[in-house]
Amino acid sequence: MPTSPLIACHDCDLVQQEVPLPVGGVATCVRCGAPLYRSSRFGKSYTLALCFTAAILFVIANLYPIIGIESQGNRHQSTLFGAVQTLWQDDMALMAGLVFVTILLVPAVELALLIWLHLTKHLTSGLAPIALRLIVAMQPWRMVEVFMLGLLVSVVKLSHLAHIVPGIALWCFAALLPLFALLNTAFNPRDLWAAMPLKQ
Amino acid sequence: MHPHTAAALGLYACHTCALVSRPQAAEEVAHCPRCGSALHQRKPESISRTWALLITAYILIIPANILPIMETGSLFGSQRDTILSGVIYLWTSGSWALALLVFFASIVVPLAKLVALTYLLHSVQRQSSQNPERRTRLYHLLKFIGRWSMLDIYVVTLLVALVQLQSLATIKAAPGAVAFGAVVVITMFASMTFDPRMIWDSIKEKNDRSSR
Repeated sequence: MPTSPLIACHDCDLVQQEVPLPVGGVATCVRCGAPLYRSSRFGKSYTLALCFTAAILFVIANLYPIIGIESQGNRHQSTLFGAVQTLWQDDMALMAGLVFVTILLVPAVELALLIWLHLTKHLTSGLAPIALRLIVAMQPWRMVEVFMLGLLVSVVKLSHLAHIVPGIALWCFAALLPLFALLNTAFNPRDLWAAMPLKQ
Repeated sequence: MHPHTAAALGLYACHTCALVSRPQAAEEVAHCPRCGSALHQRKPESISRTWALLITAYILIIPANILPIMETGSLFGSQRDTILSGVIYLWTSGSWALALLVFFASIVVPLAKLVALTYLLHSVQRQSSQNPERRTRLYHLLKFIGRWSMLDIYVVTLLVALVQLQSLATIKAAPGAVAFGAVVVITMFASMTFDPRMIWDSIKEKNDRSSR
């Protein structure tokens, strides 16, 4: 039998009674002090708006070149997917896969699933828990912010070598950085789990 | 008095959706009644799986640091760069802030992660009851900073993609980068298979924060 208003600390396993939280509040474990759960400051429509904005920017970021370099009349530019392809052709399939998954696949699938979960009327159907499980499992592997930092380091390294032409995708990735940070605080999986029924 | 942990009470807390439930005795592997994830009171084989991943990472971190991560070929010959020589290049070219950043993300963080996880595993295995809160915080820090080590992988990716000017230079990724990427991914998996509740399992008294 599921016993609903109980929560076990993820870190120390102490079972505690859930208490209602003020908006934006965080409940912490009485034993180890780890956060147990939080209440999001933002509503469903806000989260959805963030998802759509991020999705549009993400599509543009993948269609246009990130940066180009110019030297002695030669010009070369690359999109993110182009970069993955170059690695693949250089027999660096593992690296190509890693970059493809962390910067392209995971954010794309995550945004698509988030939008679907916030629009669907069927939170009680069998697919919704699977979608949410996938989102939770993928979250550590979305590395857009790390990529942005890598972009910064690459630009500095290249600036000694050639003239750099920033591409449209560069600005999109820069804008995606705060968007994903906001999405992390706005999206609270707990609210969606609470709307899903128990089997049995 | 024993603390009222979910395990002591025979309850299962779901890893994915946090629902606390008491599974039916008939089920062989219990599943969460809400999200369907497999339920365990502790992550299965946590200690041996984490050790296995950790030892793999210890082995791979050697080629990751010794082998070149990229090769620059130009009209004037070719040059091989390791992680460290990339840091030195940034430092000598005047970008000391970025040099420090890459030094931390690519050299300090992966090593510190391995050492810290080894310490956590060892402390759990000898059932230490020292500083459980600090060890839990250390574990959270590990989970948080691990991903930032991917930085160098993205730098190499971008340099390889862009520097394809035949007249000037061509950059190719080298085997060190693969080993390094593997270290980052494997240590991320290692911190996921480690169960922080094991830190608290050897603490018998009911130490509420309020009573201290």
